[in-house]
Amino acid sequence: MYSASDLRKGLKISIDGEPYIITDFTFSKPGKGQSLYRCRIRNMITGNSSDRTYRSNDKFEKAPLEERTMQFLYEQGGEYHFMDNKTYEQIALSKEQLGDTTVFLMDNMDVEVLLFSDRPIAVTPPVFVELTVTKADPWVKGDTSGSDTKPVTVETGFVLQVPPFIEEGEKIQIDTRTREYVTRVKS
Amino acid sequence: MPPARILRQRGALFQAIRTFFIDRGYLEVDTPVRIPAPAPEAYIEPEPAGDWFLQTSPELCMKRLLAAGLPQIFQICKCFRRHERGARHLPEFTMLEWYQREANYFDLMAECEQLLPFVASALGVGDEIVIGEGVVSLTAPWQRLTVADAFARYGAISLAQALAGDCFDEVLVRDIEPKLGRGTPTFLYDYPAVLGSLARLQPGNPSVAERFEMYIGGVELANGFSELCDPVEQRHRFEDEQRLIAKLGGEPAMMPEPFLAALPAMGPAAGIALGVDRLLMLLLGCQTIAEVVSFSPETL
Repeated sequence: MYSASDLRKGLKISIDGEPYIITDFTFSKPGKGQSLYRCRIRNMITGNSSDRTYRSNDKFEKAPLEERTMQFLYEQGGEYHFMDNKTYEQIALSKEQLGDTTVFLMDNMDVEVLLFSDRPIAVTPPVFVELTVTKADPWVKGDTSGSDTKPVTVETGFVLQVPPFIEEGEKIQIDTRTREYVTRVKS
Repeated sequence: MPPARILRQRGALFQAIRTFFIDRGYLEVDTPVRIPAPAPEAYIEPEPAGDWFLQTSPELCMKRLLAAGLPQIFQICKCFRRHERGARHLPEFTMLEWYQREANYFDLMAECEQLLPFVASALGVGDEIVIGEGVVSLTAPWQRLTVADAFARYGAISLAQALAGDCFDEVLVRDIEPKLGRGTPTFLYDYPAVLGSLARLQPGNPSVAERFEMYIGGVELANGFSELCDPVEQRHRFEDEQRLIAKLGGEPAMMPEPFLAALPAMGPAAGIALGVDRLLMLLLGCQTIAEVVSFSPETL
């Protein structure tokens, strides 16, 4: 159980049987008035955000969340299948549940799967992934157009900006938190 | 720790406050920080210190000094309130309180209108302070707005509806406070009687307490009122607060009897508490209160 004074940005709580994360938090207390804990909360299943104001006496259930390391097996018909590395149990998440992380998933990749009451709700890919560039405009040496980057497409279909010297067939490292190019991977 | 520049301005602010009050005939006093019986207030939780408590405000001791015959007094001191930590709250903070006999809450508002330009000028801030994208002019007169008018103007619901629905604080914080103290500081005044435990009720209108709050840039900076000086009425109000504390699951501290005994000798008076850290934060354009104190709790 959490009390209102435990509330802070990033805390995960359970409301009406659903997990929420506090994405913004303000402590307010009008003169002589009550302490008010104003939160912006995001439903971790639906992604919907809303504002709530709590008082000192309010209590909160801890969201029963668990993270497990699983291996991405394959995608079929919009369903993404994963296997628990310890129990070999298999689970599936929909494309909607995975949102914009699907572009970083490669077969046999280890990911962190977030479970709410044993129900998978989200997947966190490794911080750095290495993907092969499948489409890139050739680099023209001495190009003076002034542009520092160019767009390339990687094997998962993800498009990002990279330095102009990156060529088709090369492997690059991407930071999945910022979704940006990090470095070229020497083969 | 904040830059030395800010600590120098902090020292200058203390000095300017003292000059302002001493020039006006006020006496600087100091009262004990550790006390046996803070004023029972439902939403202010005192910090225990042994069998006693650290003061949440020097109010009761200062009123006893008024009653003892000192007509104009001020104090800069530390106050402690449990569980109050946020962008504008510290559990230990610096308070300026001043009290004057034979004065009322409108007299205090006029003094605030003189105090702030004086200290701002002493700090070299000038008579305008920048809050976010707006500018607040400290030149008098400032805006005066009753609580009822503020609810009518900015609230999603009226004052009567908010009181009936037990959401006065929520509406105040969400709808009203952000609108106050823009352009000039705002005095929000005439609070519902139930929200002014130590304030005098308006003669002829017992539903209103002669209490005000000063706001600058949406930040509440000071709380003042015409003092309640009827010991019987004061005891009833404290008992109401004690009942509310018990109902909320707290353990009310004992009745401040010496204060109640001294009250008849005080006579009509007015007093105000102003958050010095918040004032410095606003004058220097800082975003959080932690930026203007030498050490916040997290850095100790």
